[in-house]
Amino acid sequence: MISYIVRRLLLIIPTIFFALSFLFALFFVLPGDPATLIAGGANRTPDPGVIERINERYGFDDPLAVQFGDYWKRTLQWDLGESFQNRRSVNEILGDKAINSVRLAIWATLIEIVFGISIGVLSAIRRYSLADKLTTAVTALASAVPVFVLGFLLQYAFAVQPNKHGWPEWMRLRTQGIGPNTWTLFFIPTGQTWRYLALPAVVLAAASTALAARMTRGSMLEVLRADYMRTARAKGLDERRVVWRHGLRNAMLPVVTLIGLDFGTVIGAAVLTEKTFSWPGLGSEIADSVISRDLPVTMGLTLVVVLAFTVVNLIVDVSYAWFDPRICLGDEGGA
Amino acid sequence: MSEPTTGPETLLSVRDLRAYFDTDDGVVRAVDGVSFEVRRGEVFAVVGESGSGKSVTATTIMGLQPTVRIASGEVLWKGRDLLQLPEAQHGRIRGKEIAMIFQDPLGALNPVHTVGRQIGEMARIHEGASRKEAMRRAVEMLDLVGIPEAAKRARMYPHEFSGGMRQRAMIAMAITCRPELLIADEPTTALDVTVQAQVLDVLLRIKDEIDSAIMLITHDLGVVAGLADRVMVMYAGRAVETGTAPQLFYRSSHPYTLGLLAGLPRLEGPRDEPLVPIPGAPPSLINVPPGCAFHPRCSFVRADGLCRQTRPELRQATAADHRSACHELEALDGVTVESVRRAGAGR
Repeated sequence: MISYIVRRLLLIIPTIFFALSFLFALFFVLPGDPATLIAGGANRTPDPGVIERINERYGFDDPLAVQFGDYWKRTLQWDLGESFQNRRSVNEILGDKAINSVRLAIWATLIEIVFGISIGVLSAIRRYSLADKLTTAVTALASAVPVFVLGFLLQYAFAVQPNKHGWPEWMRLRTQGIGPNTWTLFFIPTGQTWRYLALPAVVLAAASTALAARMTRGSMLEVLRADYMRTARAKGLDERRVVWRHGLRNAMLPVVTLIGLDFGTVIGAAVLTEKTFSWPGLGSEIADSVISRDLPVTMGLTLVVVLAFTVVNLIVDVSYAWFDPRICLGDEGGA
Repeated sequence: MSEPTTGPETLLSVRDLRAYFDTDDGVVRAVDGVSFEVRRGEVFAVVGESGSGKSVTATTIMGLQPTVRIASGEVLWKGRDLLQLPEAQHGRIRGKEIAMIFQDPLGALNPVHTVGRQIGEMARIHEGASRKEAMRRAVEMLDLVGIPEAAKRARMYPHEFSGGMRQRAMIAMAITCRPELLIADEPTTALDVTVQAQVLDVLLRIKDEIDSAIMLITHDLGVVAGLADRVMVMYAGRAVETGTAPQLFYRSSHPYTLGLLAGLPRLEGPRDEPLVPIPGAPPSLINVPPGCAFHPRCSFVRADGLCRQTRPELRQATAADHRSACHELEALDGVTVESVRRAGAGR
């Protein structure tokens, strides 16, 4: 087990190396010269002297290999450079945005776990009931509706309407920004912050919750037919305990995989949700930096996303061994 | 058909049970009018091929057939009809008073819980035992079924057990609450032959230890011969012959039973003796042949068409407690397994 974890941690190194090297290479392949962009944008013709000074300053003149080597030298010292755009340190940007992203991701994932799994289980045990059919329809819808559509609909229902009709204060949610940004235990919002968190968390969770519910349903239906479930009933357990105590853990394996992947994804790829609700997170920052060709920011933030993703994956894989004791991590190869 | 008697020693009395499954292809008459009783402390064997309705009979008694339609019948457990009992009350009997052992012990044990926890759960459900007490009981039960190092084994998972040990663990689980009736559904079918004998030994020893009755469901007449006090042979959802084990084995009074026995390999016979199968295949339970369901495969079928038209009811054969459902009962007098074997071999 320990050796498995160590092996997996070592594997993170090549993963990150190749991910970021690829990104680095991509940056120089894409059209548009970074120096021109820094000097004022692609549509203007900046002074050649300015371009030259910029090239000098950022080392764009150096051979690609040298730039590449420099990049990794700095990265290994956790110096992620500074933004081309506003010369802010990337480490600083990261500190701001990553925490917001992780908090939002935690809440989206909690929603996914609680609602996805319970809805999935309930519709599996009430298969073909009205509730099951309704769930199937709603989950299909939820996974198909674009984030911005759902976002605007919810903003209308929970922010615009309450204001228009003077609903009591506790029913009003906020649609933009992060509010007072106060938290306890890292992720529990205090004061008014929850009003800002609620809608983006729900919107971010919607599609993955729907998917988790459907996957739980399918997995649970299979488990419900298993012989050990009949044994559990033959013991005299009531159906509720049979399902939750004997069935759920067996049904969880594929769902855990999904939830792990989703958590990794929502940290770095919540662009649409973050944009819709002006939530200052990593996803929108990365998207902005790509558009403005702000290489240090793109690379620095991506590095953190890749790290988060691999660590979450490792946690998921280790959790398999708990969910299913037949999986023996020590005996397998590294990957 | 005379009703089975309900005496003080009768534990379970099943009367005219009809368990149907409604499918898109038609009604599957899995159990079609079966009556029998299980007495305190006895081993009652139910024998038949796959699809004869023996397992459905057992799972219906246990209330483990969610899609079944009970067309008629009663399952009287100490005088109370289990089929009419609310689920909550049935649950209190299930596992505590009537416990069940399944065919495939690997599939029947939950892969994600330790064996000890699964056995101890019985004590937790029915006796309100604490976690610690339940574990102690589990170890005690594992010890009772002859699993070495029970305390260590209790903390292991089913996949870490061998096939025979898993079935012992199933037995340990079933007997935790000292049930009065143990329903064993093909308990040895999934096991190696050498392990089968061990598991059957354990089953018999345990039966005496906790003083319970066993309803043994099997297709294996060898198992029946060694264990059973009384036997019911089922064919196409109905009982075709019932009696004591010696009556069935030595004075078989139904062509199907004779066929089953003639099909068994013998140790003492000539080595090149061919096995004698029953011709044909068991009928589909959606389209059971009219009259006697066995008539298309029967070599004693009557020329006057009675077997094809009228379903025979169980009636007295060689003794008061030996009954057979055959129109040609009288003609079978004097027919032995040996003569069936010879006739079959000559075909």
